[in-house]
Amino acid sequence: MAINEEARDAVGDYKAGWHDPENSTIRFDFGLSEKVVRDISALKDEPEWMTEYRVKAYNHFKERPMPSWGNSELLKEIDFEKICYYLRSSKSTETDWEDVPDDIRNTFDRLGIPEAEQKWLSGVTAQYESEAVYHSIREDLESQGVIFLDMDNGLKSHPELVKKWFCSVVPLTDNKFAALNTAVWSGGSFIYVPKGVKVEMPVQAYFRINAKNMGQFERTLIIADEGSSIHYVEGCTAPTYSTDSLHSAVVELVALPGSHIRYSTIQNWSANVYNLVTKRGIAHENATIEWVDGNIGSKLTMKYPAVILKGEGAHAEVISVAYSGQGQHQDAGAKIHHLASNTTSKILSKSISKKGGRGSYRGLVKVSPKAENCKLNVVCDALILDEESRSDTYPTMEVSNPSARCEHEASVSKVSDDQIFYLMSRGHSEEEALAMIVNGFFEPFTKELPMEYAVELNQLMALEMEGSIG
Amino acid sequence: METNIPLLEISGLRASIGGVEILKGIDLTINEGEIHAIMGRNGSGKTTTANVVMGHPDYEVDSGKVSLSGTDLLELESWERARAGVFLSFQYPQAVPGLQVGNFLRKSVSSILGEEFAKGTEFRNKLRDSIEELGIPRSFLSRYVNDGFSGGEKKRFEILQLMLLRPKLAILDETDSGLDIDGIKTVAAGVKASIEGSKSGALIITHYSRILEHVKPDKVHVLIGGEIVATGGYELAIELEERGYDWLKNDK
Repeated sequence: MAINEEARDAVGDYKAGWHDPENSTIRFDFGLSEKVVRDISALKDEPEWMTEYRVKAYNHFKERPMPSWGNSELLKEIDFEKICYYLRSSKSTETDWEDVPDDIRNTFDRLGIPEAEQKWLSGVTAQYESEAVYHSIREDLESQGVIFLDMDNGLKSHPELVKKWFCSVVPLTDNKFAALNTAVWSGGSFIYVPKGVKVEMPVQAYFRINAKNMGQFERTLIIADEGSSIHYVEGCTAPTYSTDSLHSAVVELVALPGSHIRYSTIQNWSANVYNLVTKRGIAHENATIEWVDGNIGSKLTMKYPAVILKGEGAHAEVISVAYSGQGQHQDAGAKIHHLASNTTSKILSKSISKKGGRGSYRGLVKVSPKAENCKLNVVCDALILDEESRSDTYPTMEVSNPSARCEHEASVSKVSDDQIFYLMSRGHSEEEALAMIVNGFFEPFTKELPMEYAVELNQLMALEMEGSIG
Repeated sequence: METNIPLLEISGLRASIGGVEILKGIDLTINEGEIHAIMGRNGSGKTTTANVVMGHPDYEVDSGKVSLSGTDLLELESWERARAGVFLSFQYPQAVPGLQVGNFLRKSVSSILGEEFAKGTEFRNKLRDSIEELGIPRSFLSRYVNDGFSGGEKKRFEILQLMLLRPKLAILDETDSGLDIDGIKTVAAGVKASIEGSKSGALIITHYSRILEHVKPDKVHVLIGGEIVATGGYELAIELEERGYDWLKNDK
């Protein structure tokens, strides 16, 4: 039995549309099968083509071996039969926090989401387990034609747009985890910014895993039409359990000519979450895609935000930081494909490892033979805080056009006693001194964030440094 | 004289690093309002003296006492010593990439003097006046601490911190080295300004008499092999520059 009885009742009502048993949650039993995949689709009352995508993806997932690179030891420990693939805790997606169930609202209150929304955001979506529980967008943006919905409602309201772009950037056969996401996706954001519309304030999505052994598979699709711009910010957290959860998202960005998409992430999953995410964007002529990617939490993260520079004059930036503490491995980096001439890219990767944590930079920059006069710049810096910790760099550049200008710098440094002593001599305790050094190291990243996030990240890192002085 | 408690009292100080004894019994007393100088060859223990007073963790104090206005410094962590009023101008100030000078100064003033000294117009005015005095451009404040600074910029930045942190005891470890005459004058003026009319004191570690010419120390001590072998006035500094250190060594 793939789902519990309440859910079965609901799915049984498929043809006539879907009904939620009153005031109840839906939780699928552990494990994955074609039936689970079809049930999720039926529960969501999806069009046939989406169900077919899911099933195809599921079959690919089944056949596709685990990646043999990255941290294959940890990957092997994932037990796909001990994961819950769908869990719904709220009846519907609300547009007023008052209507969100109390316990869920309290969680987001504690995370400061409603407060941030009032102060400085253009829109917010909050996802709890598998579904968005809250969603809002500023009216002025809506009246300009900006679409900002959770992905499920995006599919319901704009099936033609979703059908056109879904899997167009990340094909369902791209990798094992992208296939898994495509099979069981739920939630995520759907954004369309019409021609020429510039969304000045960021929109935010917040993802929360609350249950044990949960799998969260949100799916995000952002389309910026010609000359438009948008800044999307996402944050994520989960409680700490002794058993593992899996977060496997797919994010697709489409930047049409002259548009600008910035996608900022502060990932702070608890140390029992596998975070295996595929993020990729296609930049058309003179468009810009920027990934600002912060990885603080999780047990194992494997994530390499990518940009395909498809149109002439397109620009890509990937700025990322990774913090690996005890029992954590951040295997992160970037991928850029220069397919067109006069395209430029910049990768800045910063990693800190502490207390036996492991940080890896894995990057690939490719310049195709036909792409003339491309410029690419890669900088990777690692800071190691103690002897037990580890940092590796796996940079690859495949440049098939001799006109390309490439720059690559890498550095590994350690915090020295003299540095700490210098700061301590100015009245700062050892922990404060370490936090100053660490925050300074992350500064090139932090300054790219909206101020509110920058402050939060600095505080988070100061917290991480507590008790780190042996 | 109503009080006889010295500002800095070092007695019988023995210290080592990595099991090698560097300081072999230092006695040194600085009273409020006094400026002392320590001269000596490289490797004689000058920087070790400064580091031990500030509390560098790499050094082991084997015996002896160090107190500031009667407070036992050896019991304190270096950040507590800073809050008690000890300041060290480093010979080799450390870079902290990503930490903005302005931010760092505000945080340091807040830690050492108290939060109320780090905000409002008073702090901003003091900062503006100090950087003007030192000939530092305003843009300096948004650079990263000692990151890519020239030798002269590093030294000026140390003096800027001295002026803002207003310590009881300022130790300058070869702050004059590598500076041109204007730089030395600026440093000397900065030190004098932070001492004059206060109960503070200073210990200037140097190879050259030039800075002492401007500062006019009350006493000059000569350090050889981890011991103070001679103490005199400013004229001793001149003599050392003319005759070197060998005649003192022979005396021992």
